[in-house]
Amino acid sequence: MLNQGISELGAALRERKVSSRELAQQFLQQAQRLNSQLNAFISLDPEKTLAEADAADRRLAQGESHALLGIPIAHKDVFCTEGWLSTCGSRMLANFRSPYDAHVIERFKAAGAVNLGKTNMDEFAMGSSNENSYFGPVKNPWDQRAVPGGSSGGSACAVAARMTPAATGTDTGGSIRLPASLCGVTGIKPTYGVVSRYGMIAYASSLDQGGPLGKSARDVALLLNTMAGFDARDSTSLERPADDYTRALDRPIAGLKVGLPKEYFGEGLGSDVRAAVEQALTELRRSGCEPVEISLPNTPLCVPAYYVLAPAEASSNLARFDGVRYGYRTPHYADLKEMYQRTRAEGFGVEVKRRILIGAYVLSHGYYDAYYLKAQKVRRLIAQDFALAFKQCDVILGPTSPTVAFDLGSKNQDPVQMYLTDIYTIAVNLAGLPGMSVPCGFGDKGRPVGLQIIGNYFSEARMLNLAHRFQQLTDWHTRAPDALV
Amino acid sequence: MSLSLDDVQRLALLARIAISQEEAEAALGQLNDIFTLIEQLQAADTRGVEPMSHAQDVSQRLRVDEATEEDSHVRFQQVAPQVEADLYLVPKVIE
Repeated sequence: MLNQGISELGAALRERKVSSRELAQQFLQQAQRLNSQLNAFISLDPEKTLAEADAADRRLAQGESHALLGIPIAHKDVFCTEGWLSTCGSRMLANFRSPYDAHVIERFKAAGAVNLGKTNMDEFAMGSSNENSYFGPVKNPWDQRAVPGGSSGGSACAVAARMTPAATGTDTGGSIRLPASLCGVTGIKPTYGVVSRYGMIAYASSLDQGGPLGKSARDVALLLNTMAGFDARDSTSLERPADDYTRALDRPIAGLKVGLPKEYFGEGLGSDVRAAVEQALTELRRSGCEPVEISLPNTPLCVPAYYVLAPAEASSNLARFDGVRYGYRTPHYADLKEMYQRTRAEGFGVEVKRRILIGAYVLSHGYYDAYYLKAQKVRRLIAQDFALAFKQCDVILGPTSPTVAFDLGSKNQDPVQMYLTDIYTIAVNLAGLPGMSVPCGFGDKGRPVGLQIIGNYFSEARMLNLAHRFQQLTDWHTRAPDALV
Repeated sequence: MSLSLDDVQRLALLARIAISQEEAEAALGQLNDIFTLIEQLQAADTRGVEPMSHAQDVSQRLRVDEATEEDSHVRFQQVAPQVEADLYLVPKVIE
């Protein structure tokens, strides 16, 4: 049961071979068994989960049918979830029980999905290794000496270790794709504006986008069908007709032009990752995909531009955590200013404070033009690189990460090295494009490798089509860490 | 460019984050490493390039000017650190 896809689980539920309660119990058991080792979940609340499963069972008994009705789904703890702790991986919100639901959570509730628990993450989604959580690091289920990737590390780990059939995540600079890659699961970040940010605790609002992680392209397409949709409460939510992201899964891929950016295959790419990605490209070529060499010349400027823009937005967004309306308040203060300063000093972790300071600097008088405006102009150049590339190809392929999962503790004292982990993922957020990662083999120490698929705006169905076809040619996505499953 | 210890203290003050001398010293080196990375932007030729602030070229949606939110203050104030008579309490700011 733990290894089955959402379509099979859904069919078993509708045919009464299993109840939603039984399904939730099985995954809860696996989650509880492994969580002390892997730390993938911040909150498990079996009573609440089983109550939702019972409600789903009643809806099933009434003949209701929806692809996700009765299916357990874990949610990244960045999503406000009514009645559940919604901590965002921070001491600041360690006791915050959300009084309302994020739009994404509302959509899953309406579909009848069952909340399995809230997954661990880098604090305020700032990180590439999931070592920045107030609740401790998540371990990579393939090798517990390794990081799972971040910031949606708990979600990727939980899917890989079969603690949940699928999970939600968010991606500001690679936070769905990187952990999906390092944990050997499938994840997609849709086009900016497709999934509402309402109730998704903000990091960098012009880049943040929610999306699903699962065992296959088909599973994440099913989740995206529920997550996507217009919401007036997010001023950047796009008003578009509903898409069915499963509609093109089985289309042939012969003749598809796949762009290979030379900058994504240059210096810095690990030889093990290169070998796995090239093997994947060989498979796709055999199926009739046509490789086209392309160039994204501003790739080296992506990380520098991101570390101006994202911290600038973060310093503004995180100003709301002041110990007044919600969250942590220091017990030690004499006046208002000291209350703010100590609340924020004690409530935020080191990386969050670092990014707030960077943001405060680049937005300050005298530096705004030199840094913030300059980075916004470079952002335009990066988006233009993609616009030109998509005149030559239908999708872009490359590695998701330059290396397989690195060891815990190996980069977290050197922020610049950590930031460069996102070298292949960040451009997609700056341009607002959709991107995904699918498992394509294993590299050093038997750690998973991910193939990144980047599409043009609103081409998620096409990307999922390619990913699904690839998953029919290979079985990487069906592999699970033997010791755990 | 590089930051000084005073700059770090000033930024922390602007951001309302209490910072000890040791923390400021530890932050200084790492922030300077990060600004060295960011400096690479200066090499880009951006003459005549419009700044891009948003991924989609869309304009702000407008709506009819009427109240749509219900009053939820009781629910929202349940998660506040300190509330009295429907008001959020903070230390006295005016003597």
